Amino acid sequence: MKDLANKTVTELHALMAAGDTTPSEITKAVAVRIAEEEPVVEAYVTTLVDQAEEEASACDARVKEHGLAGTLDAIPYALKDNMCTDGILTTCSSKILSNFKPPYNCTVYNRLEDKGGILIGKTNMDEFAMGSSCETSALRRTTNPWNPEYVPGGSSGGSAAAVASGMAPYALGSDTGGSIRQPAALCGVVGMKPTYGLVSRYGLVAFASSLDQIGTFTKDVEDCAVVMDAIVGHDAKDSTSVPEQHIDMLTGLKSGVKGMKIGISQAFMGEGLQDEIRKSLDEAIRVYTELGAEIVDVDFTMLDYALPAYYLIASAEASSNLARYDGVRYGVRAEDYDGLVDMYVKSRSEGFGDEVKRRIMLGTYALSAGYYDAYYKKAMKVRTLIIQEYKKVYQSCDLLLTPTTATTSFKFGERTANPLEMYLSDLYTVPVNIAGIPAVSIPAGLDAKGLPIGLQLAGPAFSEDTILKAAWAYEDQTRYTDLRAPLQKK
Amino acid sequence: MEYDIVIGMEIHAELATKSKIFCSCPTEFGADENTHACPVCLGMPGVLPVLNEKVVEYAAMAGLALNCKIANFSKMDRKNYFYPDLPKAYQTSQFDLPICTGGTVTIDTPDGKKDVGITRIHIEEDAGKLIHEGGGGTLVDVNRCGVPLIEIVTEPDLTNAEDARIFAEKIRDTLEYTGVSDCKMQEGSIRFDVNLSVKPKGSTELGTRTEMKNLNSFRALMRAVQYESKRQIIELKKGNRIIQETRKWDDAKGVSSSMRSKEEAHDYRYFPEPDLVPIVLSDERIEEIRSTLPELPEAKRLRYVNDFGLPEYDAEVLTAKKALSDFFEESVALIDEPKMISNWLMVEIPPLLKEHELTAEEIPFTPASLAELIGLIQDGTISGKIAKSVLADMFEAPEKAPKTIVDEKGLAQMNDSGELEAIIEKIVDENPKSVEDIAGGNKKAYGFLTGQVMKATKGKANPQEANKIIREKVQAKIDS
Ligand SMILES: [Zn+2]
Repeated sequence: MKDLANKTVTELHALMAAGDTTPSEITKAVAVRIAEEEPVVEAYVTTLVDQAEEEASACDARVKEHGLAGTLDAIPYALKDNMCTDGILTTCSSKILSNFKPPYNCTVYNRLEDKGGILIGKTNMDEFAMGSSCETSALRRTTNPWNPEYVPGGSSGGSAAAVASGMAPYALGSDTGGSIRQPAALCGVVGMKPTYGLVSRYGLVAFASSLDQIGTFTKDVEDCAVVMDAIVGHDAKDSTSVPEQHIDMLTGLKSGVKGMKIGISQAFMGEGLQDEIRKSLDEAIRVYTELGAEIVDVDFTMLDYALPAYYLIASAEASSNLARYDGVRYGVRAEDYDGLVDMYVKSRSEGFGDEVKRRIMLGTYALSAGYYDAYYKKAMKVRTLIIQEYKKVYQSCDLLLTPTTATTSFKFGERTANPLEMYLSDLYTVPVNIAGIPAVSIPAGLDAKGLPIGLQLAGPAFSEDTILKAAWAYEDQTRYTDLRAPLQKK
Repeated sequence: MEYDIVIGMEIHAELATKSKIFCSCPTEFGADENTHACPVCLGMPGVLPVLNEKVVEYAAMAGLALNCKIANFSKMDRKNYFYPDLPKAYQTSQFDLPICTGGTVTIDTPDGKKDVGITRIHIEEDAGKLIHEGGGGTLVDVNRCGVPLIEIVTEPDLTNAEDARIFAEKIRDTLEYTGVSDCKMQEGSIRFDVNLSVKPKGSTELGTRTEMKNLNSFRALMRAVQYESKRQIIELKKGNRIIQETRKWDDAKGVSSSMRSKEEAHDYRYFPEPDLVPIVLSDERIEEIRSTLPELPEAKRLRYVNDFGLPEYDAEVLTAKKALSDFFEESVALIDEPKMISNWLMVEIPPLLKEHELTAEEIPFTPASLAELIGLIQDGTISGKIAKSVLADMFEAPEKAPKTIVDEKGLAQMNDSGELEAIIEKIVDENPKSVEDIAGGNKKAYGFLTGQVMKATKGKANPQEANKIIREKVQAKIDS
């Protein structure tokens, strides 16, 4: 067997182009991998294997006759379950939407369909993307493919685990405070959150609209560039989508980092940083220096303020965004109720999990009369300061290199007792969302327990090309992206 | 003790855009329930609003017409509350940075001209409608969800019910005139809220105010103001305090009653709408919008008096309705008889409109037809009296040119004096008694003879011409 499920998108494309495999062989290999791994990994809320195999065999004839339309043509992929798909369950891993089938598609789905993509499933997540371990999902318990006792990270843990276990050649996730990069780091895959507004949010079920951004999970950096290139672009249906502008992420991808200035900040190496991760960072500095990049020390004074500001802004927006789930028009309605208000209260009390309720309460409080100035308004001021801080940082360097997370993955239940401890999982990723800038998490080897380490490269708005160039150079030297999670079925 | 009444108003007007504020659903009134409803209207998960640019343009036009400053930078906010007619559980509105601020409207009151300050105008979306079915519970119709509105907020500058009505009518006329709203009260496309307080005469300190919402006729507005001001004064005279609250006006009973107090008021938790970008209007764009603004009634009235020499009264009547003034101007462009056109529009046409149950916007024929009709009078083809009957026919068959009606019915005046002379000669011969009366000094008999001539010619004789010939023929008879 050609071990197709372990191959990158680029490799699969090359194999098909050379006539060494077919669309249906690829989809079949992924389907087999799902059958083998899914019982333990539980990455998916919904799998669409039969439908995908049918689509793939339809591709066989077309590809044979007309060739491949592009790199993503006839390649299966997965979507996080907060991206609307017409007639297909879109649950946000919440009880309240556990029966919800939208009558419309999100824009990224349409883009990938246009490229010939084959949707193979919808992945598990923290409920409404609120969480850092997938443990708040009301529907599935996704495990880390590197060790099922450990969490995959979150909130896009299902997408990360699906790619890490070969159950999807690539997947999309959404990142509000680190929800792509953190699980990518914990599962040992490449995860990228682009500049806010670069990818349409239309059809992405909102958590915190001013922070949410769709991005990618791939096995390596080149795939990341390919998929990112396919989903970016202006969308008239999303007012916050930026006007058309071309960022060429592919042409110069392998052109190296000579002369590039890579910033390092001590702020990201404080207490609590796992020793092995610090060592990985040192190794990366060495690699980049050897490749001809210049390492510069930069100040980052706002890190301590980022997390509280994030939790106020995100929760405030969430409290409003999630108010529509009232059991009236769609989703799950409580069975016994007495009048309108009781129906609202019961549907929401039964339909939402604890973490979602916690954020709704926090956000409602932050926006309330008498508290608005002290919380929401102050958080918005911090947001402005963080944006300014990054502007200053990028005057002295092209990219900022930091760990993605302070620790590698943790065991189920380890951080659920104390929400604040869980929130700290996003300490290094949150400032990027607040500033709306792009960042990638790239695999940087394994710790002593055999769990993946991730490093984060963040750049100014629309610097995706530079970020990917630097990520590729690191990957090319270290080959950490060649590591594959051990399989359940040996 | 005497009291001053202090009134401020909030006016909601639906904008006359074809599609809704955040989606492409039509705004049209009267469709079947929930047929103008897309995922955006329904607040489905993941869908996003896209601001209709026409809404911004219309709101700015309203602001310019009411002498407001138009903001270069304004933004949308979310007003959060739960209600079944509000699918998203928030209304997208404007909070601290509205599109228009600081306007003034001058009204003509029985006590002379008064200025009313416009505090702000902001853009927002309408909510849906609840339908309370007997026994079957309550149903929701979302057709109206997302219909664009502007809310006009005034300073507390009004002091009595009559002024409040005059002001409200002026706002209605202005919005209608500029075309930003059709202001159909019966369809709820313009609604008035009144904030009212009373204070001892001359006092500078404002009293506690109450609010009455959704007054949907001018009569209701006046009566509500009269009732509420009287109620507050009586309360104060009794030594009671006014409670700050929202009151419901029951127009059928003619009373207001408490709806909810300040303590029960919602905390709307406003915050900037993250799904929309700020509204940025450059000075150039604002001027561009200003240039599309039609001439407003005051300016037009002045021009009618100065340029067309119309009496003040005519100018006022003609400019009150845009449709009427448009009709007038198109007619005047075709035939330079402003006073005659004005007379027809003000005197002859209204009763016929009423008879056919039409409004001023619905004059069935074109200004060209009216101009042609007036031309026919001018050149002596028909008399003014015949013209009136032609006008009545024009209401029946608006597609027919007046000239065609005149030809078909043979209504042209008899200007051929030979034919007329023969008819008159015959009538004078047949009525020797009248000739005798005239000879005897009874000039009234002329009237009888004229009547006979008109009867014989079916009114087509040119009256001046006929009179002249009658006199000649009678004199000849007497002389002979
Ligand atoms: Zn709609």
